[in-house]
Amino acid sequence: MDKIKLCITVNGEDHECYIKPKKLLVEVLRDELGLMGTKRGCNTGSCHACTVLINSVSVKSCSVLAVQADGCEITTIEGLADAAELSPLQRSFLDYGAFQCGFCTSGMLLTATSFLAENPEPTEHDIREGLHGNICRCTGYNSIIRAVKAVADGGYEEAADE
Amino acid sequence: MIKDFVYHRANTSEEALDLLDKYRDDCKIICGGQSLLILMRQGLVAPANLIDIKGVKDLDYITFDPEEGLKIGAVTTHRAVEKSEIVKDNYSILIEMEKNLASVQTRNWGTLGGNLCHGDPTGDPATLFTVLNGSVKLASKERERTIPVEEFSIDFFETVLEEGEMLLEIQLPVIPPRTAVAYDKFNLIENDQGIVAAGVSVTVDEKGSVCQEARIALGSAAPVPMRAKAAEELLRGKKIDDALLDAVGQKAAEEADPVADIHASEEYRRDLVNTLTKRMVRKAWEQARALAGGKE
Repeated sequence: MDKIKLCITVNGEDHECYIKPKKLLVEVLRDELGLMGTKRGCNTGSCHACTVLINSVSVKSCSVLAVQADGCEITTIEGLADAAELSPLQRSFLDYGAFQCGFCTSGMLLTATSFLAENPEPTEHDIREGLHGNICRCTGYNSIIRAVKAVADGGYEEAADE
Repeated sequence: MIKDFVYHRANTSEEALDLLDKYRDDCKIICGGQSLLILMRQGLVAPANLIDIKGVKDLDYITFDPEEGLKIGAVTTHRAVEKSEIVKDNYSILIEMEKNLASVQTRNWGTLGGNLCHGDPTGDPATLFTVLNGSVKLASKERERTIPVEEFSIDFFETVLEEGEMLLEIQLPVIPPRTAVAYDKFNLIENDQGIVAAGVSVTVDEKGSVCQEARIALGSAAPVPMRAKAAEELLRGKKIDDALLDAVGQKAAEEADPVADIHASEEYRRDLVNTLTKRMVRKAWEQARALAGGKE
C-alpha cells in the first residue's frame, strides 16, 4: 500500500514523514519520530495513557489516524517543559508523588494540562470528572488529584527555584 | 492490526458524496473514528477505501431557529455540543447527556454523526434524539431524504444507510411548552455505556394537572434504540401517581426486547428498564408541572 505524506507540528517542531494511512498517531509519534513519552497502553481507547493534545485539546493518540492530524499542532509530554524548566503540573506531580510506576503519567499530565486551561478554578470534584477517563493501575488517584488541585490553587505560579 | 486501505480525504460534503458514489460498497466513512478504529483494529471492519470526512467544514455547525429547532451538522463533535450556548439555552438535557458520555478525550474528537452511524444500541444520542422526536437528513448523489431518528437503526450496528449514502444533519424540533425531558442510564462505571438507558419527555396541560403527551425511549433494551409506545399510551391524559408509575415501568419492561451479554442478563435488563422508566417519568412529570406552575 502506498505511503502518504504527513506534515505535523509536534511540540513546536515541524515534521514531514511518509506513512501508511493505517498508522495511528501514537505509532507515528513513537515509531517515526522517536517520541517515546507517549505511552501505548490498552490500545483499545480505554485507558487514556496515550493522551496527547491536538490543537490544544486532549485526544487519545491510539484512537486517531495520524493522517487525520495532518497540518495540526501536537503537544506530547516532551513538549510540556519549557527548555529545562518543568511545567507547574510536572513540578506538582513530583512534589505530591503523583505517580508510582509512571506509565499513566504522561497521559495524566496532558489531560490535566488541557483540563486546567479550560477550567482554571476547578473544585476537587471537577478534577475527578476531568481526569476520570485516565486510568492509573497503581491506583494513585488521590495524590494525582491533590497535585492538580495544588496547581489550580495557584501554588505553582512562581518558577521553580533551582 | 488494522488492514491496509486507500485513504481519501473529502474537504466538502459534495466531495464526500462523489467518493461514496465512486467506491460504493467498497468503502467506509471515517469521521472521529472513536468507534470505527476499534472495529478496524479487531479486523471486524476492513474497508478497501476509507473516506475521511473529519475535515468537512460545511457539516460542522450547530444552529437554532425558534421555528425550526436545532440543526447539528454530522461532523460536529460531542464537545462542541456540550459547550454550545444555544444547546444549553434550548436543550439542556443534551448537555447533561454529553457530560456523561465517555471521556473528554472521546468527546473532543468523536462526532454526533459518527455516533449515530455506528448504530450501537448503547449509544446515548440516538435514544435521547428519539425522545426529542429528532430526524436525520441523509443524502447520496441521487437523492436526499429526511427520516425520524427512531427509524434510523435497524439492527445491531446496522442502519438504513444505503450504498453511497451518508448522514448530513441531525434535526431536533423545538421542545413544546410545558414539556420536560429526563434522561439517564444505569452503568457500573461513571460515563460508561449504559447497561440500560431511559429517556422520557412529558408535556402537561396548562394547569399542570395531567400528562398531555409523553414519549419514552429506551437504550440497550433491544437491538436498536426503541420507543416504549404502549407505556407512553398509559400516560396520555392521566395524572401521574405512584400506581400509574408502577404500571408504566411494568409495561415498558414488557415492551423491551433486551439481549443478554456480559454486562447483564435479559431479566436484569428488564428490571432496569422498569426502574429507570419509572424514575425518568417521575422526574419529567415533576419538572413539567413546575414549568406549568402546577401545584399538588
